Amino acid sequence: MTLHDVYLLSPELALAALGLIVILVDMTFRNKGLLALVSVVGLAVPVALSIVLWSDLGSAPDAQMSGIFGTLAVDKFSLFFKFLILGVVGLIVMASVGYASNIRFFPGEYHGLMLFSASGMMLLASTTDLISIYIALELTSLPLAALAAFQRDSRSTEAGMKFLLLSAMSSAVLLYGMALVYGFTGTTHLEGILERLGTALDPSVPFGSYGMFIGVVMVVAGFGFKISAVPFQMWVPDVYEGAPTPVTAFLSVASKAAGFAVILRVFYVAFGEIGLDWSGLFAVLSALSMTVGNFVAIAQRNIKRMLAYSTIAHAGYLLAGVAAISARVPDGEASIGPSGVLFYLVAYAVTNLAAFFAVIAISNRTGSDMISSFAGMGRRSPLLAIVLAFAMVSLLGIPPTAGFMGKLYIFSAAMKADLAWLVVVGVVNSAVSAYYYLRVVRVMYMSEPEDEEGVPVAQAAMLAVFLTGIGILVLGVFPGPLMTVAEKAAAVLF
Amino acid sequence: MLSAIVFFPLIAAGIILVLLRDARQIKVFALAVTVLELALAIAIFVVFRVEDYNRVGTMELVEDVSWIAALDIRYHLGVDGLSVPLVLLTALLGMCAAFASWSVNHRVKEYFIWLLVLQTAVTGVFVSLDAILFFIFWELELLPMYFLISIWGSGRREYSAMKFIIFTLLGSAFMFVGILALYFSTGTFNIVELQGVEGARLLLPAGAIFAFLFIAFAVKLPVWPVHTWLPDAHTDAPTAVSVMLAGVLLKMGGYGMIRLAVGMFPGRAQEYAWLLATLAIISVLYGAVVTIRQTDLKRLVAFSSISHMGYVLLGIASVVGAGGVVNAVGLTGAAMQMFTHGTITGLLFLVVGLVYEKAHTRHIPDMGGLAANMPVIAVVFLLAGLASLGLPGTSGFVSELLVFLGTFEVWGWITALAVFAIVLTAGYILWMLQRAFFGPQLPRFAGVGDTSVLEAVPMVALVAAIMVVGVYPALVSDVFAQGLEPIVTSLQQGVIP
Repeated sequence: MTLHDVYLLSPELALAALGLIVILVDMTFRNKGLLALVSVVGLAVPVALSIVLWSDLGSAPDAQMSGIFGTLAVDKFSLFFKFLILGVVGLIVMASVGYASNIRFFPGEYHGLMLFSASGMMLLASTTDLISIYIALELTSLPLAALAAFQRDSRSTEAGMKFLLLSAMSSAVLLYGMALVYGFTGTTHLEGILERLGTALDPSVPFGSYGMFIGVVMVVAGFGFKISAVPFQMWVPDVYEGAPTPVTAFLSVASKAAGFAVILRVFYVAFGEIGLDWSGLFAVLSALSMTVGNFVAIAQRNIKRMLAYSTIAHAGYLLAGVAAISARVPDGEASIGPSGVLFYLVAYAVTNLAAFFAVIAISNRTGSDMISSFAGMGRRSPLLAIVLAFAMVSLLGIPPTAGFMGKLYIFSAAMKADLAWLVVVGVVNSAVSAYYYLRVVRVMYMSEPEDEEGVPVAQAAMLAVFLTGIGILVLGVFPGPLMTVAEKAAAVLF
Repeated sequence: MLSAIVFFPLIAAGIILVLLRDARQIKVFALAVTVLELALAIAIFVVFRVEDYNRVGTMELVEDVSWIAALDIRYHLGVDGLSVPLVLLTALLGMCAAFASWSVNHRVKEYFIWLLVLQTAVTGVFVSLDAILFFIFWELELLPMYFLISIWGSGRREYSAMKFIIFTLLGSAFMFVGILALYFSTGTFNIVELQGVEGARLLLPAGAIFAFLFIAFAVKLPVWPVHTWLPDAHTDAPTAVSVMLAGVLLKMGGYGMIRLAVGMFPGRAQEYAWLLATLAIISVLYGAVVTIRQTDLKRLVAFSSISHMGYVLLGIASVVGAGGVVNAVGLTGAAMQMFTHGTITGLLFLVVGLVYEKAHTRHIPDMGGLAANMPVIAVVFLLAGLASLGLPGTSGFVSELLVFLGTFEVWGWITALAVFAIVLTAGYILWMLQRAFFGPQLPRFAGVGDTSVLEAVPMVALVAAIMVVGVYPALVSDVFAQGLEPIVTSLQQGVIP
């Protein structure tokens, strides 16, 4: 490992070091309020390092710096995700200020584990080798399992256990798939796989060979678990419901973003040659996820379970962007699918975080996650209510919100890639989702509150709510700049 | 200029949100805003009528800047003869709605914010020339409507509001697919450039895209069998919102149908004109027959809307032409019907609201002899009713006559049936008037009074609009005809003689 490798890895290293520092601070100082402060301020270091790397890349569209024996790539694509994940972590730490003070045991580890997991996610966006992808994935998942069980009550413990077991199982499936791919191509390096596939494909067989067929399907299954796509979604509702709410927010936003980063990298780079085969698979998973997620969400009474099914539906919308590969575009132009996915992930992150932050603040006061307990919030806490309502509208995808622009971009990509049927499924699903998203709005503004007391919120948490709420509006009215950045970041995949 | 008229109510809503607290202040402010908005709209109309009258096929007051470069979406506004009267209609009814909201005392601030946001959204629909911008304004109207119906409505308001949202969203979902398919076939969202696009190579069959657009607009118009949201939404909405809904929002459907569905796919429209005519006559007759059976005053007016909007579709169905000639009369009639239905039904909802407010009932069998208590309201109601059944001298007569003139030589028997529906209309209107307003005076309405000056303002405005257009229809119809000329020309080219 040379110094240059350390330089390339510096944001991840800085983040992991920050995790350790936070744990040390916890052991040294009595004042637990410091933990969040140190975490948020400390994030400036990896952010600054990522900015340095971005400017170092220059302006070439496919600029890439690679290191650690070619297993690590720093390009605009990976840096895009680094910024996204760092931003998400910062906001979640801010929003859980009031919440984390209720955690009696190990408040330092709470922050530390989150930072460790985030460093795994950042690594996941940069790795270009199946083995390091697997390692990064485990670095992401293991702290998450501990975090899910952090509340130490029966539901939280169940959530942690469930996540750990199913995560291990999906990792095993993924590993088996990777082993098959390695067996067929003789390499674990993504670009190497692309080269080998170019010469060794049998066009009469799906995916070029039966070995690849099974291998790729297993890789899809393994990643499908991480992004909570149907039919690998069984763990989502229970884990989302049981885990501490900030951890749920982290799972639903950062973990999903990292999952899509690695899917895009692996499938667009390594399996580009058999794109038409796997894109059909993703299109079907996309339609399934949207439909199952939306229809089951209708029946939910608990807001965390409702958001869990909603996250499954949104994985479906995102997969439509993954399925929209260039090979499907009729006149040989490049697909806008990957940039659509990148934009959507940011829009979704902002929106879902806003929703979760409002839920954290409100349920912290009411002690309940039932949708009915949000009654009269429009009067009790106007700002939280308006942000939560706006987030619901954004998830539903009505303008002028980030969610609408995200859907516009994703469905445009799918339409461009000649997937009109998938767009029809998607937009009809969006219409159906109005029913359960607007129910939250209805309860907040049209039901009588149980009591009239306001909802006290820590200042940092209020700032996080406010920032995400503004973010929804800004991305909904001026999405152009971010779309341009997303286009630049996705260019490296082609 | 157009940006001003679109966003003025939105900015006013922002001012209410941030600065105003007192309910009376908010009401006065909102009234002033809508009056100013109407003045702006009249100015645009007059300038258009006087100056731009002869420039066929061009857009006026165009504003065109790049908005989202990545997807080539532009902030592109402009008006022609088809949209100018509808902008005027929106402003006129917006003002009437604000006046009719004077008696709202529940959560006043939110109410007026949503009412003004609604006006921005609807005006935006009529002036957008970028398909995505059009779609955004189209969807933007949903939220204000949802809140206005479900908070300030009556009866099963939450159910009705949700039904309205789901129907519109499902319809617009198809429009969205159609617009995207057009963009990736042609590389533009520009509605003007997309006129007559059906000849180009498209991603989806032209018939499919036409159908997608048609479904979206048919839900809004509404056309049988996707009309079922309308009676619920109208009945349960507060008065002012019913006025906006019947007066302006339904016209978004007709406008979209003419500008997007027919304008972009003239040949497909002609191919499926038989279907449009069939759906139209079913809507007209079904609406009329069901209306007769209604016992709720507001529901009665709501169902009559289905019947009357059927005439709009009937007028559009005349695009197929007869004997190789497409006449502009049918389309002009359809557009005129939108305008006149907006003023007439807006007025009907307004007076129904007043009657309910004073007599505390909308149940027709419980009413009787109200004309003695509220002579002014009764006269206005009578006038609106007569205009609704198409009495000569009122605007209702003009638009229905134009529709029938335009469609008779194309769809003879169907038009004959539609003319017969006028008899039904006369039946339900006159019967309702007789039961509610005439007959012996009932003791329980002893203390019920007549209209106040403030309530009379919107009534006077709408009665004036009805009478002026009734006496001098060319004031509006010539503008419509000018705007429709390019579409008629492209239809003419598609017809095989």
